[in-house]
Amino acid sequence: MRTLSTRRLLAAVAAVCAITLAATACGSSDPAEDGGGAKDVESALAKGGKITVWAWEPTLKKVVADFEKKYPKVDVELVNAGTGDKQYTALQNAIAAGSGAPDVAQVEYYALGQFAIGKSVEDLAGYGAAGHDKKFTTGPWNAVKYDKAVYALPMDSGPMALFYNKKVFDKHHIEVPTTWDEYVEAARTLHKADPKTFITNDTGDAGATTSLIWQAGGRPYKAEGTDVTVDFEDAGTKAYTSTWQKLLDEDLVAPISSWSDEWYKGLADGSIATLSIGAWMPANFTSGVASASGDWRVAPLPQWTKGRTDSAENGGSSLAVPKAAKNKELAYAFAEYATTGAGATARVSEGAFPATRADLESKTFLETAFPYFGGQQANKVFADSARNVGSDWSYLPYQVYANSVFNDTVGKSYVSSTPLSQGLEAWERSSIKYGTDQGFNVNK
Amino acid sequence: MTTNLAGVDANAADPAPAGPTRTSRGSGRPALRPRRRPHTPLNPRPSIPLTLVTGLVLLYTLLPLAWLVINSTKDQKGLLGSSGLWFGEDFNLWDNISRTLAYDDGVFVRWLLNTLMYVAAGAGGATILAVLGGYALAKYQFPGRRAVFAVVIGAVAVPGTALAVPTFLMFSSMGLTNTPWAVIIPSLISPFGLYLMWVFAAEAVPAELLEAARVDGSGELRTFFRIALPLLMPGTVTVLLFSMVATWNNYFLPLIMIKDPDWYPLTLGLSAWNAQAQTAGGEAVFDLIITGSLLTIVPIVVIFLLLQRYWQSGLAAGSVKE
Repeated sequence: MRTLSTRRLLAAVAAVCAITLAATACGSSDPAEDGGGAKDVESALAKGGKITVWAWEPTLKKVVADFEKKYPKVDVELVNAGTGDKQYTALQNAIAAGSGAPDVAQVEYYALGQFAIGKSVEDLAGYGAAGHDKKFTTGPWNAVKYDKAVYALPMDSGPMALFYNKKVFDKHHIEVPTTWDEYVEAARTLHKADPKTFITNDTGDAGATTSLIWQAGGRPYKAEGTDVTVDFEDAGTKAYTSTWQKLLDEDLVAPISSWSDEWYKGLADGSIATLSIGAWMPANFTSGVASASGDWRVAPLPQWTKGRTDSAENGGSSLAVPKAAKNKELAYAFAEYATTGAGATARVSEGAFPATRADLESKTFLETAFPYFGGQQANKVFADSARNVGSDWSYLPYQVYANSVFNDTVGKSYVSSTPLSQGLEAWERSSIKYGTDQGFNVNK
Repeated sequence: MTTNLAGVDANAADPAPAGPTRTSRGSGRPALRPRRRPHTPLNPRPSIPLTLVTGLVLLYTLLPLAWLVINSTKDQKGLLGSSGLWFGEDFNLWDNISRTLAYDDGVFVRWLLNTLMYVAAGAGGATILAVLGGYALAKYQFPGRRAVFAVVIGAVAVPGTALAVPTFLMFSSMGLTNTPWAVIIPSLISPFGLYLMWVFAAEAVPAELLEAARVDGSGELRTFFRIALPLLMPGTVTVLLFSMVATWNNYFLPLIMIKDPDWYPLTLGLSAWNAQAQTAGGEAVFDLIITGSLLTIVPIVVIFLLLQRYWQSGLAAGSVKE
């Protein structure tokens, strides 16, 4: 079976090589920016072949089925090669080993920089990706674009919102907080009324922390090529630490790690009352916390300054084509199909949150009633949030590493009396050290 | 989840090694005998504290299993919304099983077949090697026998986990990682099984019997297959059970060797499903993981029930022979 598929793959690659004399995919030489081109993608689709896609996103199953129906000569193998970090490790290994890399890989925005700077993903600008700049919302598009290169196509986005358990709020007569100060106050009231209930959970989550700093206007990371700046002392970061420190000092957040079994249980039984998280969360709620259907609602994120409408992105992922991919034209064609047009719309109808303007602004999308949220048209809240995402945010080119040491540094603030600001300083130091060791020019 | 189950299996497997070796040596028999007969002057009536302690241990052993069976009848909603130790409102076991087998294009079935292959090739091969090696070491005199003994005893003491990374590097340089060979070949080596067979063969196959066979003109191979092998059966089954359980539950070796989900064994597959709940957009399928775990332990329980009479009859045979 293995040899057969390899042989078919090789045959397909050979065929594509034969007809795409532009030599973008077949040579090991660096494909120039003008390489590829929409025409080659078209002929690759007509010719057919087999591609492997590494992704864990559940709505892609439908996209693969639709795509294979539309292009019967193309065979797409969708492989769940692990989730998040595990997949990146597998991908990194396959790229380093020189064999076994997929043709398309799901990569979260925060991790894309690592693959882009390592020159292990293909610049898709020449394949036609550059022409899609107006199709995607600003946040996700900025996350995949570096100068003129486009290292992936945005698959979904995560403008943040406040998910709250209305049943719990009603029971204790608490108003939905509109500022973070009100949020802290609500946390106090709630925990006093029922010591088993917490406003939210937090044991130190790099993604959540950086997103809230982003919303507060902090821009701790700057990356221009190999020049990197890490600075956790700006005003935005300080606004975040001073507020979050109150929650930690008064034990107002549940010591439960996000995504654990206990977390799902806390969301189900109401002992975790709110989440400030990305707009992709409804899918996780419906599949993971089915028993709390009807209890939860969505509200705009609380503000750092009263009266503003600032927001940030949290999570979200893209489809990238590794340089080691065997059939890049076909891979691009699939990524394009899955992230734009019919593929994107199909994914939205399956519960994914779009990164495309057309889907985000469509009436059907905005007016979709969520039975899970008591019939609320939650997408209106998310779409507003997407419009208000603060600009100029960037992650480190080695954010995967930085996030992996978050719990060794900032995590201390959650289990000891180390102030959050000191934890962030320690994180900054280890990020700077690692970056310098890796050959980046890191400034503080 | 899987570790709990592994614990149960390991507990169930524990009496096996002690059985054939100890009883065949004749030790411990006086202590065992009277306990079977109640109300003798030596043991007038059951001790209540001991019974209580035993009961607690039994509960501790069976509770995870009961939890697993009960919770595999619930869907995701029931899992998070109802008490863990009693049934929910709906009975979804059959539905859960069919969804587990169908989820992700039936990848669970593929993992099950992979596991069966690893067990058949790895544990089967390990048993054959252990029987051949153990018999040879017990019944033949050759130079270097003591050295082999030292190596085998030393190897028993080295945990497989400690060898995993060196093995990975070795297999990686041979280009065998990410293939089933990377799991099968290391599974073939079972120092403990070899030692067990060695000790067992030394006791179970009388030298006089082999002498008689040789005098009657039977060749060494024929002697082994016709005379020694039937006598070695109880020990062989014990070693087979051990290696099967070890291979079935193996997690760490495939974890570092196999990156292609097509070659995952069940342990890795279930852990991958569990990891799915840990990210944005990933699907939380706790109901399928729990049902999958139940399905994972069923074959190993069946194998135990089917094979137990072989090593039990072995125990009995040993106890009356001497």
